[in-house]
Formats: sequence, structure tokens, C-alpha cells
Amino acid sequence: MSSSSSVSPDILQLDAQQESERIVARIRELVFSELKRKGAVVGVSGGIDSTVVAYLCARALGKERVVALFTPEADSSPDSLRLGRIVADALGVRSFVEDISPILKGARCYERRDAAIRTIVAEYGDGYKCKIVLPNLVEADRYAIFSIVVQSPTGATKKVRLSLDAYLGIVAATNCKQRARKLIEYYYADLYQYAVAGTPNRLEYDQGFFVKNGDGAADFKPVAHLYKTQIYQLAAYLGVPEEIQRRPSTTDTYSLEQSQEEFYFAIPLAKMDICLYGKNNDIPAAELAPAVGMDETKVQRVYAMIESKRAVARYLRSAPLLVEAVQGIQ
Amino acid sequence: MSTASTVAQQLRDFIVENFLYGQERAFKDDDSFLGEGIVDSTGVLQLVSHLEETYEITVEDEDLTPENMDSINSVTAYLSRKMNSVAGVVALDPASVPGVKA
Repeated sequence: MSSSSSVSPDILQLDAQQESERIVARIRELVFSELKRKGAVVGVSGGIDSTVVAYLCARALGKERVVALFTPEADSSPDSLRLGRIVADALGVRSFVEDISPILKGARCYERRDAAIRTIVAEYGDGYKCKIVLPNLVEADRYAIFSIVVQSPTGATKKVRLSLDAYLGIVAATNCKQRARKLIEYYYADLYQYAVAGTPNRLEYDQGFFVKNGDGAADFKPVAHLYKTQIYQLAAYLGVPEEIQRRPSTTDTYSLEQSQEEFYFAIPLAKMDICLYGKNNDIPAAELAPAVGMDETKVQRVYAMIESKRAVARYLRSAPLLVEAVQGIQ
Repeated sequence: MSTASTVAQQLRDFIVENFLYGQERAFKDDDSFLGEGIVDSTGVLQLVSHLEETYEITVEDEDLTPENMDSINSVTAYLSRKMNSVAGVVALDPASVPGVKA
């Protein structure tokens, strides 16, 4: 239990140089000594997390031992590829563009997703865009039940609460995107005898903001212990391009622009960081409230949400379960 | 058995069948579904679909609160209020609800 009566908003400030050097040293150990691989593949999305991981891997392993992989698909923002190229060029690492749309078409990802949407929005079809969103979970006691926002080719938007079947159908289909990306990342990992770097930050890793065997799959996850705020601090220290540091966090999974707040975290990520820190350190909601500019009741709701998402994330993080330990295998 | 307790039993059967996979475990009618780890938010969506189909009601977005959906008692009370307001019936009577056997 914290003995302090108030919490500083700067609680997550770290020594970016020291932390970068610590992670760089650890990446070398993990890749070369523990995994015994010759380098790293990093899926670079043009977002802050994957960019920081690419920078750290290049420092740790050398630019010639890092592959940056861009995996756009039909719904991707063109910014993702453009910013990804800027990262690869700045680091001088090899990079490859792999359009995963044909894989997704072959797996009928788009077709299955659109069929699920049409069960609740009958007119959804060619030229339409969509995203799924959560209600505001902090302003009132509500369940995290998604709605879909669709935009017609004329620009008219409509929001409809998802039925169970529509929700499961949309999520199952769109999860193919993250899994197709991982398929290609491991192609390059096998080709060069590299390890695959995972890029989740602490919020994502803790709260299950990833697809099991999709972006959740990796050989090492070098920034999973860092709060999002701390990733930004490392980005500034490492000299990540300003445009990437300023880019709002997006899922880049749905055809309509979708922030991580509306999809998953419900409150701005900087506040979510401090709430997660407060939860992890048993700081009472009343004590934490001033640091995030929210009242005690709202912080309590965020604490409850963190616990609820953690419970769901246990399955996502779980390795395959065995009936009993297998002799000779540690 | 009162009509309310019949609905409570139907709800309990649904919860046990769908979220406890038939393994009856002791939980009270006022135990929190979320608090006891019985139902998560996707489970609430399944519960809502069940209520809408079985009792032929529409659960509005603003009704999706723990106050209405987080225990056998709260769901039963919600159903009672909802069906009374829709059908104008005085008491919860499964025999008068389409798709529900008394």
C-alpha cells in the first residue's frame, strides 16, 4: 500500500538512456544466447511501439541483423506504410513490403466479416466502411459491449449495437489480419534464422489488447514491461521521427479510423497508464484521482475494468496446456 | 412456486448451461456475475440475446448496466419491470410471455 497521500502525474518518468541501454543489452542476450537466432524480424506498423522496438533491435543487434516488415492490407491506412518506410530508411535496415490482402481474401476474411455485419446492417456492402466501438465505460457503470459504426459510400453514418453472433463473427474474421501478418513474419524469421520481435507495450500485454497467435505471438517482447507513456519517452531519446511520436494510437484494423481508446481502453492512454500503475501498486482510487483528473468513482470503474480485462487476457496469454508435464522437456 | 422464482430458475439454468458448462456450482441469486467470474462482457451479450429471444423484449443500450444484468435477482427484477411496462401486466407471469412455459 502506498504511504503517500497523493500521486505525482510524473510517476512514470524514467531515465530513457539507462532503460534503453538495459533493454538493448537484454535483447542481445535473448536473441543470440537464449534463442540462438542471428537477428530479428520486426513488423513495423508506423506506430510508436513497433518503431521503438525496431530502433532498440537495430541498436542491440546491428542494422544488418534486423528486417523491418510492412504488411498492409485493403483496410490499412496509407500512412502506415509511408511511416514504416521512414523508420526503415532512418535505421538503414532491410525492409520488405508484403501485401497480405490476397491471403485474407483467400481465407475469406473480408467476406466473412461483411456477412457478419449484414446480419445487423442489411445494406452493408461495397464502398461501405466500418469500425467497432465501446460505450464510455468511465462516465457510468456500463458493460463493455461493442457497437458497430458503418459509413455508407455517401458518407452517412449509422451506429448499431452488435448482437453476439455479429460480434463474434466480425472479431473472428478480422483476427485473421493479425494472424496473416504473423505468418509472413515467421516466413522471414525462418528464411534468415531470425527471431520475431513482439511489440506490445505494458497496457496491451496486461489488458489483452492483442490477438492470440496473431500479434500476441513472438519470440521476445522487449517493451512489454513499459507503460505507453514510457515508450514515448524512449522514442524521444532514441530520435524516432517526430511525425511518428505525434501520431495518435490507432488499431489500423478497420476501414474507418479507430482510436485505441474507443476500441479498447475507454480513456486516454496516458491516464490509463497511471490507473494501471495505481492498480498494480495498490494505490486507493481516491489517492490516484487527482493525478488523472478524474473523481474517485471513475477511477474505481477503471480499476474494475482493468481487473475484468485481465481475467479475459489470461486465456489469451496462456500457452497450450498439458495433462501432465512431459519428461525431458523443461 | 411463484412466477418470479420460475423465471429465476430459468435464468439459473441458462447461466449454468452456458457459462458453467453444466457444472452446477453454488452461487446465490444475488451473487454478482462479473464479481464471481461467472460471466464476462461477451457473456453479458449472450445473456442479452437470450433475454431478447426468450422473453421477446428489446434490451435498450441504456439498460446494459450491472444494476439490471449482474445477478439472478437483478435480471429477474429487470425482466419484471420490462415486461410490465411492455405488456401492461401487473405481475411477472411466464404463462403470458411468448416462448416461455409456465
